[in-house]
Amino acid sequence: MTTPTTPRAACPSCGAPISFRWAQAVQTTCDFCKAVLVRRDLDLEKVGQQADFPATASPVQLGMQGRWGNRTFTVVGRLTYEWARGRWNEWYLRVSDGSGAWLSDAQLEYAITTEMAPGRPLPDPSTLRVGDTVQTDRHRFMVTSITQAQYLGTEGELPFATADRSLCWFVDLLSPDGTFATLDGSETPPLLFSGDYVTWDEMAPVGAREFDGW
Amino acid sequence: MTRVAAFSCPNCGASITLQAAGWSVTVACATCGSVLDALDPNLRVLQEHALRVPIKPRIPLGTRGTIEGRAYDVIGCQSVTIVVDGIDYSWMEYVCFNPYHGFVYLSEYNGHWNVIEKLRRRTTEWAGGNSPVRLGDRTYRHFQSAHARTSFALGEFPWELRVGDMVNVRDFTSPPYLLSAEGTDQEVTWSRGRYTSPKQMAAMFKLPALDRAPEGVFANQPNPHLGAARRVGRMWRWLMLGWVAMLLATMLFTAKSEVLTSRQQFRRGVVEGNAVVLGPFELTGRPSNVRVHLQSEVSNDWLWFGLALIDEATGQARDFSAQTSYYFGTDSDGNWSEGSQKDDVTLSAVPAGRYLLRVGPEGEATGAQQIGYEVRVERDVPSYDFFWLAALALLVPVGLTWWPVIGFENRRWMESDHEGVVLSFPPEEPDA
Repeated sequence: MTTPTTPRAACPSCGAPISFRWAQAVQTTCDFCKAVLVRRDLDLEKVGQQADFPATASPVQLGMQGRWGNRTFTVVGRLTYEWARGRWNEWYLRVSDGSGAWLSDAQLEYAITTEMAPGRPLPDPSTLRVGDTVQTDRHRFMVTSITQAQYLGTEGELPFATADRSLCWFVDLLSPDGTFATLDGSETPPLLFSGDYVTWDEMAPVGAREFDGW
Repeated sequence: MTRVAAFSCPNCGASITLQAAGWSVTVACATCGSVLDALDPNLRVLQEHALRVPIKPRIPLGTRGTIEGRAYDVIGCQSVTIVVDGIDYSWMEYVCFNPYHGFVYLSEYNGHWNVIEKLRRRTTEWAGGNSPVRLGDRTYRHFQSAHARTSFALGEFPWELRVGDMVNVRDFTSPPYLLSAEGTDQEVTWSRGRYTSPKQMAAMFKLPALDRAPEGVFANQPNPHLGAARRVGRMWRWLMLGWVAMLLATMLFTAKSEVLTSRQQFRRGVVEGNAVVLGPFELTGRPSNVRVHLQSEVSNDWLWFGLALIDEATGQARDFSAQTSYYFGTDSDGNWSEGSQKDDVTLSAVPAGRYLLRVGPEGEATGAQQIGYEVRVERDVPSYDFFWLAALALLVPVGLTWWPVIGFENRRWMESDHEGVVLSFPPEEPDA
């Protein structure tokens, strides 16, 4: 489990104390004034202002802990994406082995992924169609869905600084053996994330959001 | 955003509560039937639709039930209609929501219920069209393809829904499961339903009214006769094993011994002296059968044998007879033959002792002057008649239990695109 570290820092915008759950975080958002802060050496620099944390109906929330196979994780950040027909979140996880991973909650179907080296050049996501094949050095994937989305806002700590809000392509891939991957077109060349579908119960979450009546 | 959000319908003003706010994409107003954009803060009207014939779902929206041990709220339902040979067939689909576990679906047709999960994360092996689909360790056979139309909608849906939407649906069955493919060969969304009895449904949703006998046989309804038939089939296998064991024992332990062989001549025209007395010979062991074989060289002729088995000690005789009669020739249809040069007679329960066999052949007045014949006497010959009867008797319960299985399968497939499909055996066993 990630040990919460608290380097003493104050928000350059409002002066509120900023504490990091994770020592290597690059970006965070001030809980009080919603300033988006990027760490430069020991200082925090305000790079933007968020109107409000993007609303979510997700049962996942910052600080939630859970299991991923034989590892455990803590949710430290959130990136919310919006597409034509809704929103989903990519939650940034600090994993007990020291790595980072992403938990997506689209349609309340959960997937935990990490960035993979494809071993060969990946196609431009905007040229793909459902049913196409994407070959990596380990898998022969089929395109199952294509979504154009942009990020709406962030919360908590992230391993990079967000800036660009342009629309980008997200392509879901499935291999015959059931391996799941996403092609993320927010960068060029695209990034490949691969991992596992998990159920809520498999994650055995602690500190999840509570809903009245459930 | 709170998960449950209250709005009012921009079309009719009725209050609308979103149970799955944030995940629902469209919501159909319960009062006026308008389809609204659940992602829009003002619930923009997507489709004005007056409720001409309001349908009352059998599970009212807002009902909480238990599906596979988890609580779900029923938040939406749609009526889906297909047209087959000019006749409308409609079923109801329900959207169930749990804020942690997401969405599960239900369908109901004539009292047949399915609990349905989307298979976005499962790979199906499918060559397209009506070819079988492989998922996990099951093979699903094509049942029906149809254009399905959303004919009525109420409540929330996690996808973009319009009344009148058309979708291609292909159903593949492997009871108790039903795989459904929506869309085209190129872009398909798979879901898998599990047949759920009305009694289970009534218990899951605490709605006793759901426990109503369904009509007809449904595509993935487990065959209720299969369990008994399989039990009888398994028992039959054991009984047949016993049958084979008894057969082997009979073949091994019956002593079958030849006690006499004799070649004789029948001389035509000799009135006396054709009869011979053979033996004596010894019959041993428990009272058992004696079989007398006769083989003569008759050719377009017959020989009748008057026979007597005589107990040498008491002089008691058991009279019996045999006949060999063999004819052949050629006519317009080709070669023909009739009868046999052989005959045998079995005498049962002959006690041990010394015996004589009297053989008196009789024949036609004219014919070959001499006809050779052979007499063989066997003791303790195994009899297999019982085994053939037993085998037939054992098949009766198998037939009686499999007959309703086949009848049920026929009624199932009559509703499919493949009427008259021959049942493939064995039908897949329902999961425990």
